[in-house]
Amino acid sequence: MTKFTLNGTEHTLDVDPGMPLLWALRDHVGLTGTKFGCGLAQCGACTVHVDGVPMRSCQTFVGDIEGASVTTIEGLSDKVAETVQQVWADLDVPQCGYCQSGQIMSAVALLTETQKPSDADIDDAMAGNLCRCATYHRIRAAIHEAANRLEA
Amino acid sequence: MLPNTTMLPENLPEMIAKRVPQRLDLSSVSRRGFLLGVTASAGGLAIGFRPAQATEATSTEATSDAANPLEAYIEIAEDGSVTVLSSQFDMGQGSYHGLATLVVEELGCGWEKLSVRGVNGNTALYGNIAFGGAFQGSGGSTSIFTSWDRYRQAAATARAMLTQAAAQEWGVPAGEITIADGLIGHGDKAASLGAFAAAAAKLPVPGDVTLKAPDTWTEIGNPDLKRYDRVGKTKGQQDFTLDVKLPGMLTAVMIHPPKFGATVKSVDAAQAKAQPGVVDVVTIHRGVAVVAKDMWSAITGRDLVTVEWDESQAETRGTEQILSEYRALLDQPPQAVARNDGDTAAALAAADRVLEADYEFPFLAHAAMEPLNAAARMNADGTLEVWGGHQMPDLYQHIVSQVTGVDMANIRMHIMKTGGGFGRRAVGDADVVSEAVAIGQAIGWKAPVKVQWTRENDMRGGRYRPAYTHRLKAGLDKDGNIVAWENHIVGQSIMAGGPFGGMVQNGIDPTSVEGASNLPYAIPNLSVGLTTTDVKVPVLWWRSVGSTHTAYTTEAFLDEIAEAVGKDPVALRLDLLKDHPRHAAVLKLAAEKAGWGKPVAEGRALGIAVHESFQSYVAQVAEVSMEDGEIRVHRVVCAVDCGIAVNPDTIKAQMEGGVGFGLGAILREEITMTDGEVDQGNYDLYEPLRIDAMPVVEVHIVDSDANPTGVGEPGVPPIGPAVANAVAKLTGNRIRTLPMAKGMTT
Repeated sequence: MTKFTLNGTEHTLDVDPGMPLLWALRDHVGLTGTKFGCGLAQCGACTVHVDGVPMRSCQTFVGDIEGASVTTIEGLSDKVAETVQQVWADLDVPQCGYCQSGQIMSAVALLTETQKPSDADIDDAMAGNLCRCATYHRIRAAIHEAANRLEA
Repeated sequence: MLPNTTMLPENLPEMIAKRVPQRLDLSSVSRRGFLLGVTASAGGLAIGFRPAQATEATSTEATSDAANPLEAYIEIAEDGSVTVLSSQFDMGQGSYHGLATLVVEELGCGWEKLSVRGVNGNTALYGNIAFGGAFQGSGGSTSIFTSWDRYRQAAATARAMLTQAAAQEWGVPAGEITIADGLIGHGDKAASLGAFAAAAAKLPVPGDVTLKAPDTWTEIGNPDLKRYDRVGKTKGQQDFTLDVKLPGMLTAVMIHPPKFGATVKSVDAAQAKAQPGVVDVVTIHRGVAVVAKDMWSAITGRDLVTVEWDESQAETRGTEQILSEYRALLDQPPQAVARNDGDTAAALAAADRVLEADYEFPFLAHAAMEPLNAAARMNADGTLEVWGGHQMPDLYQHIVSQVTGVDMANIRMHIMKTGGGFGRRAVGDADVVSEAVAIGQAIGWKAPVKVQWTRENDMRGGRYRPAYTHRLKAGLDKDGNIVAWENHIVGQSIMAGGPFGGMVQNGIDPTSVEGASNLPYAIPNLSVGLTTTDVKVPVLWWRSVGSTHTAYTTEAFLDEIAEAVGKDPVALRLDLLKDHPRHAAVLKLAAEKAGWGKPVAEGRALGIAVHESFQSYVAQVAEVSMEDGEIRVHRVVCAVDCGIAVNPDTIKAQMEGGVGFGLGAILREEITMTDGEVDQGNYDLYEPLRIDAMPVVEVHIVDSDANPTGVGEPGVPPIGPAVANAVAKLTGNRIRTLPMAKGMTT
């Protein structure tokens, strides 16, 4: 039995502690906004926040999150997150949309940590998130725009 | 109620061969007449059309005349909500938004209560006009092309009927009725579209409706219009097949043969079956499936299964051996000739100078972010539902019927949006879809089942862009004019052996040579030959298909010629494009916007390429530098002519994405095999572009009143040669082996 906080609410999971958090969230909690892309922490589609830090949930195991606070795309709520999601829509970033939960989780973590990220900061924070539609051009623009709006 | 299904004919390959034109006839859409069907549906209005059965070429095998709600293009419900029923598949390229734009424009329903749903089951309604109406499918960047008149006509007809119904009810002239933003209005009266939907459905259908004049369009061509489905995609609310969850559903993962063509000899599943969570291990036509109560149990159970394979019919060559055979075949005459203008051999023999270059292209994986998947449920009443990325839904339904023995009329296809596709979801044997239903059958349909490929299944699952070699030769006269051009292409056929096999005529698979055989340049002696190889690696169309390699060789080789004769690459192309104004216009526009001919920053160079695919014209200029021996692309200026720009922002997005997709492929992507086994299993060894290598992309759309053509694919082909041409300027190195990470050193 693993106890943790999920999107602000106490939660317990009665599954194999070796199960990746990704599959626990999807198959046992029923939150499907976090996507499966690779299973090897190579693509970032499954990114969630564990105690505020972006983590690949396919390589984070249920046994590792005892007592931690996990936030998924469904639980984003603060000003940074709302701004990022609004800018994402305003700039029409998504194409297929499959990787975008992970992109947004990484972008929110970046902007929470770094108010005015440089292009190099964006490369560092976002290079782990693949997008086969290659919406990168707009993702970069959206992060800069979100930083501007948050500063204003 | 299930759709009134059209049975696919047994002779589908022959029908496709007969009906599908090799090149779109841009005038065909507007020439086509329509007959109309209309139905009242639960207090609403549903509208569908049937192509007039005027000529043999437009007749269809469909048997249904009436347009029932599931056969329509638009449904208007009593509450005013409007559903666009899309014949075209959305894998992220925005086809649903495109079709919705056409409907919103002509119907005046606004966006607020609008949704889009994929439908299938009636070739007469949904057959792709670009494919001669022979079958329903999305491909070749044709979704807007085939929908342009259909969906506007449907919406305009609905609007006329709603107007008439309101005019009768209110006792006012129809000409005074307005419809905008989902409201029907007259003076101070206003009502939702839904209020008159039922009355409208009882009216006679107008035979002829007038479409809006282009200068009154508010949606089509609106650069500020954003995609209707974008917000859900920022909140994790867009459902994909991955997210399909049915009561009691089981999850299956596959064990596929390690070599293409191998089959299951024996299975030891005792350990797996003993593991908690594993429900069953079954052998099906494509391998072994581990069925479990959840994904993790299936994955861990899979590790406990031992399969012995019969590899007697398997491909056992590695890619190095395959490619060395392809290189040797370049020395032989081509097996078939795709184009033969003048006398190329004689002109080459008489030429003052001959340039020659060999090129080599690897197998490429689509590697879409959502690994392949499908779900199936057998209901108590004997109907079978199948969820998935059904890019060719009627064909898949037919295959499902063949695999399960369930009658076509009792199968319901749920067409899901997918996390990318790039061609991978349009596969003639319905691979993963057939797995889902075969597994369901193997477990006695005791529960709904979803088969979910892992990344390794997907990466090693074949259906790659084929590997190719090319040899190009150019003959130049004393003045540097190109008098001869020869292109020999060696590689596998995508279409042979499948439902599209009939398209291979006289030894030419058009998808092997497209982009080379229709070379636009004015060269008097020109031949394009093809040698089709026999390799057991399953291959498939991959975003822009033949143009993925033909654009590279033709545009990179032309640049070599320009250098050899001392001409500017843009000037040389324009000289040769006098009869091709749309190519010339995008070339000029991209060159001008990129500052072609002006000084560039120290250490940087510009490369240019132009290419037409699927009758959209794209030119790109890449600004490139070398950093520590690696290619760095800073900026790409792109000009595109796709006829009328229905969704300018989507066009821009597809050009941006096409550049990123194509750039990743030429820089680092390749599938290799050792002794028949694929070396790459995940994104660690197969390396698509990441954000740190993405250039700034600037898109310029040519103003046009031509019928719209597609944008999903045409942004891909020019980026490779544009970058290659810039690298050659910087380093003198003409990269002829892809990916460039390999070709730089060979």
